[in-house]
Amino acid sequence: MPDEVNTEFKWVGKRNPRPDGVDKVTGRAKYGADLYLPGMLVGKTLRSPHAHARIKSIDTSKAKALAGVKAVVTSADFPAIPKPPGPHGPMISDFRDNSMNMMARDKVLYDGHPVAAVAATSEKIARQALKLIEVDYEVLPHVIDPVEAMKPDAPILHDDQVTEGEDEKTAKPSNVYRIPRAQKGDVEKGFAEADLVIEREFTTKAVHQGYIEPHACVAQASDDGVELFCSTQGQYVDRGSCAKLLGLDISKIRVTSSEIGGGFGGKIPIYSEPVAIRLAQLARRPVKMVMSRDEVFRATGPTSGAHVRIKIGAKKDGTITAAEGEMTYQAGAFKGASIGAAMNCMFSPYDLENIHVWGYDVCVNRPKVAAYRAPGVPMAAFGVEGVINELADELGIDRVDLRLINAAKEGTQNVMGMKYGPIGFQEMLEKMKAHPHYNAPLGENQGRGLAAGYWLHAGGMSCASVNVSDDGTVTLIEGNPDIGGSRASMAAMVAEELGIDYNKVRPIISDTSSLGFTFLTAGSRVTFATGMACVLAARNAIKVACDRAAQMWGVSEEEVVWEDGHARPAGANVGDHEPMSLAEIAAKAPMTGGPIAGHAEINATGQGPATGAHLVDVEVDRESGHVKVLRYTVFQDVGRAISPDYVEGQLQGGAVQGIGWALNEEYIYDDKGRLENPGFLDYRVPVASDVPMIDVCMIEVPNPNHPYGVRGVGETPIVPPQAAVANAVENAVGLRFRDLPVSPPKIRKAIKDAGG
Amino acid sequence: MADIQYQAPEDLAAASALLAGAGGKARILAGGTDLLVQMKFDVVEPTLLIDIKNIAETRTIAEEDGGFRVGAAVPGAELGEDAALAAAWPGVVEAAELIGSTQVQGRASLGGNLCNASPAADSVPAMIAAGAVARVIGPDGQRDVAVEDIATGPGKTSLASGEIVASIFLPKRPANSGDAYLRFIPRTEMDIAVVGVGISLSLDGDGVCTAARVGLGAVAPTALLVDAAADALIGSKLDEAAMDNLAAAVSAACSPIDDKRGTVEFRTDIAGVLARRVASIAFTRAGK
Ligand SMILES: Cc1cc2nc3c(=O)[nH]c(=O)nc-3n(C[C@H](O)[C@H](O)[C@H](O)COP(=O)(O)OP(=O)(O)OC[C@H]3O[C@@H](n4cnc5c(N)ncnc54)[C@H](O)[C@@H]3O)c2cc1C
Repeated sequence: MPDEVNTEFKWVGKRNPRPDGVDKVTGRAKYGADLYLPGMLVGKTLRSPHAHARIKSIDTSKAKALAGVKAVVTSADFPAIPKPPGPHGPMISDFRDNSMNMMARDKVLYDGHPVAAVAATSEKIARQALKLIEVDYEVLPHVIDPVEAMKPDAPILHDDQVTEGEDEKTAKPSNVYRIPRAQKGDVEKGFAEADLVIEREFTTKAVHQGYIEPHACVAQASDDGVELFCSTQGQYVDRGSCAKLLGLDISKIRVTSSEIGGGFGGKIPIYSEPVAIRLAQLARRPVKMVMSRDEVFRATGPTSGAHVRIKIGAKKDGTITAAEGEMTYQAGAFKGASIGAAMNCMFSPYDLENIHVWGYDVCVNRPKVAAYRAPGVPMAAFGVEGVINELADELGIDRVDLRLINAAKEGTQNVMGMKYGPIGFQEMLEKMKAHPHYNAPLGENQGRGLAAGYWLHAGGMSCASVNVSDDGTVTLIEGNPDIGGSRASMAAMVAEELGIDYNKVRPIISDTSSLGFTFLTAGSRVTFATGMACVLAARNAIKVACDRAAQMWGVSEEEVVWEDGHARPAGANVGDHEPMSLAEIAAKAPMTGGPIAGHAEINATGQGPATGAHLVDVEVDRESGHVKVLRYTVFQDVGRAISPDYVEGQLQGGAVQGIGWALNEEYIYDDKGRLENPGFLDYRVPVASDVPMIDVCMIEVPNPNHPYGVRGVGETPIVPPQAAVANAVENAVGLRFRDLPVSPPKIRKAIKDAGG
Repeated sequence: MADIQYQAPEDLAAASALLAGAGGKARILAGGTDLLVQMKFDVVEPTLLIDIKNIAETRTIAEEDGGFRVGAAVPGAELGEDAALAAAWPGVVEAAELIGSTQVQGRASLGGNLCNASPAADSVPAMIAAGAVARVIGPDGQRDVAVEDIATGPGKTSLASGEIVASIFLPKRPANSGDAYLRFIPRTEMDIAVVGVGISLSLDGDGVCTAARVGLGAVAPTALLVDAAADALIGSKLDEAAMDNLAAAVSAACSPIDDKRGTVEFRTDIAGVLARRVASIAFTRAGK
């Protein structure tokens, strides 16, 4: 993609080098496992081999007696957290669940559930110690599939869970935690007005975020306080969780985020971190815990597998009259599938009058689900976009045209009542139609698929500090682990504001004790919310600098303006003063009032949603069912691409993860509920040679609520690929596919069953 | 993980003596691309590693009686670099080169692939098709064993205590011969064969198949030599009927399991599909 000529800004929208680039490509950057402290112990976790069992007893005495073992913990070493009162919003953590997930109490609820942990002087001793821990289990019947888990005779995971809204005293325990629902208009009326109604069922499998860096942390503890170094998407949120789970004061814990080798939502929850702290407290030595890949797959965040039923009605002219969606999502061992986000987003690329969506949040004997890019949305969108593609074919309307007819625009209200500001969906669909990919010829056994997607984005709390050094260079301090190049974007916006060279701004990610609370690196919020905090901090620093210039010139503050990196007299009447650069003002700071800095503490609102649409060509080997992805183009309204390189990276990465989800990735369980493929050999993420170059076509419709128009870009690109890829396969072989993954055995069988 | 000793003897007799003396607690280390992974996961817990890479016989490729003797520990990358070997046995070399990635190729050996005894090992069906013979050195001397007789089940071999595969012999073939190997994986690389088929065949002057061997991987507890499949080709010009018979014979020989890597139905079906494709590549190569 050639750069669009951007004359408006000097640094924003430019392909600036990454401030963290050299260290990352030369291996100097410290990831979660890269910290070594004197006297550090190795922590290891004993995990349940059963999907569901009662823990009758745990005997750790032999492990404790082994030479070199410095501490052993079970759930008895952590405070028991009472059941929280009342219903739980989806964004609020249930710390009792978190505690029981971190270390099983009475029951183990999935293969891989932690039951004990040890800290020892070497990895070898730690592993030996695990083998010496005796756990007496009473194995219980288990349930893996959410539809099965909803049946009346299904094994119950939590005896004290009744479906939300029912009477806790009289209702029977249930694996269904909630049935959230949202409506707009009147779907019955809408379906009655339709000329064609299509209703289909879809399934998707649980898939893992697949970050390359396993979870890792180092904890150190004394009576003075706790230090935690870990790979995380939110050091502040981790700090709060650890405090709650360990019964400590929040300010006694300092969490430093390491560099992060991928998270995608999976490094939001805490797992080993509180365990490492507890071990370090008991052993009085630092403890490092690093998960193996096997542990990552068995016990950390996949996203929900889902059963989705979608019904859409449309008139002959393509106008959609009503849309309905029912979702059954695996929550895993504890409640909390992302149904709310799915309801919010699944129909939201479209301007629809009548919508009804609801879902079941179902506990099953699998690891508790974690967020995964646009959490909850891809599974629902797979169904929605699949039905829309089928509608288009049935109505004889081009797939893009059908979407254009129903496209959301400024003023559209979605099912949650959110009214859109400027939104680039129509413009993007027009761009797609005009793109050379759209009409490129296809060969034999080749097919083209497309689908759209939407993500709402998050705002929330962020802090930033801009500290000006006496040479005029700047340290920018903010609190979000940099996953996708956010340091570069923050630095670009601050350089733009201050009017100084991008390379004179050094962005630093703060630990939890050196800057105020900053919410997660998640929800595509960082460049939007923390970016806003950085801009405000820079503007506050400018205010201070102008004030100092005013002092030196003997004029009032209002008589000084900041332009092009210099304090200047606001007008001719202010007097004839040489403009002063930031460096010149900073050099005089000791004489004019001390250090020059600007700070911001904000709760950002006004995030703009982002829509995207993907176009993909595949070739199917009809004899083997093998799918080759030939060409892929991502279209997305990115608001404003502060760092186009890293925005493209986000769009490409989302597409690749979606391709894996569509074609081969799946959690496979045996009949005892044990995960059969906890490694990258049999859990098949795409390898580099599996995907073509992912082309990117960015549409920039700025978000008016952000100083530089940022929308956030990271989640939307994982929403369309599943439906787009399946649609391409459908197009290549002339059959419909509604169960993911569309893997070779499924394709081959479908072709054979159809007589091919 | 127990304490581990490491030895790197310079001749086979010493290696064999060390192996025999360790009472089952020793392991031969060739490239280590299977062994180290298994040790990491506690699948095997040896107390002695005997590295055979310092032994000349295991590291050399030599022409012998018109065929090739390939050291058991020669890494895949070196097989491909040997132009004469690659020209004579393109199917065996392409199978070995499918193993892993560039990094893995720097280490992974035919001997390791064979002795690890995975039913899905890529080079084994190709070696079986080639009529390869393993030279086994043990406390009682030397014996030559057909490659298909080395593995006896997943992870199990017919090697006796103290026995080591020193080299693999790929015999001389008549003119107008060719071989090929294909595997099915859902991805494009870094994956394990769902099915693998190796075929070696010879043609007469009229293009009629006079000899053939068909090796089949990942569809039974060990890689198989399928005589019925070879019979389907012999005497034919690989016409449609012969190909149908080949596919049917290969599918009939499959006794796979339903597992995370593929269903019985799929594996059986794909084995036949691959066999046709492999046969036609080998046929083209033989005709050149
Ligand atoms: C990332 C990765 C990808 C892989 N991809 C593939 C693939 O695509 N296809 C495939 O088939 N395999 C694959 N493998 C498995 C492995 O690389 C191959 O099986 C390889 O050929 C093993 O050779 P090696 O020399 O490394 O064996 P080693 O690991 O050294 O040995 C394997 C076993 O055989 C024994 N052994 C080795 N040599 C001898 C000998 N001469 N005599 C007696 N016993 C011996 C060892 O004791 C050990 O038990 C892969 C492995 C990795 C790590």
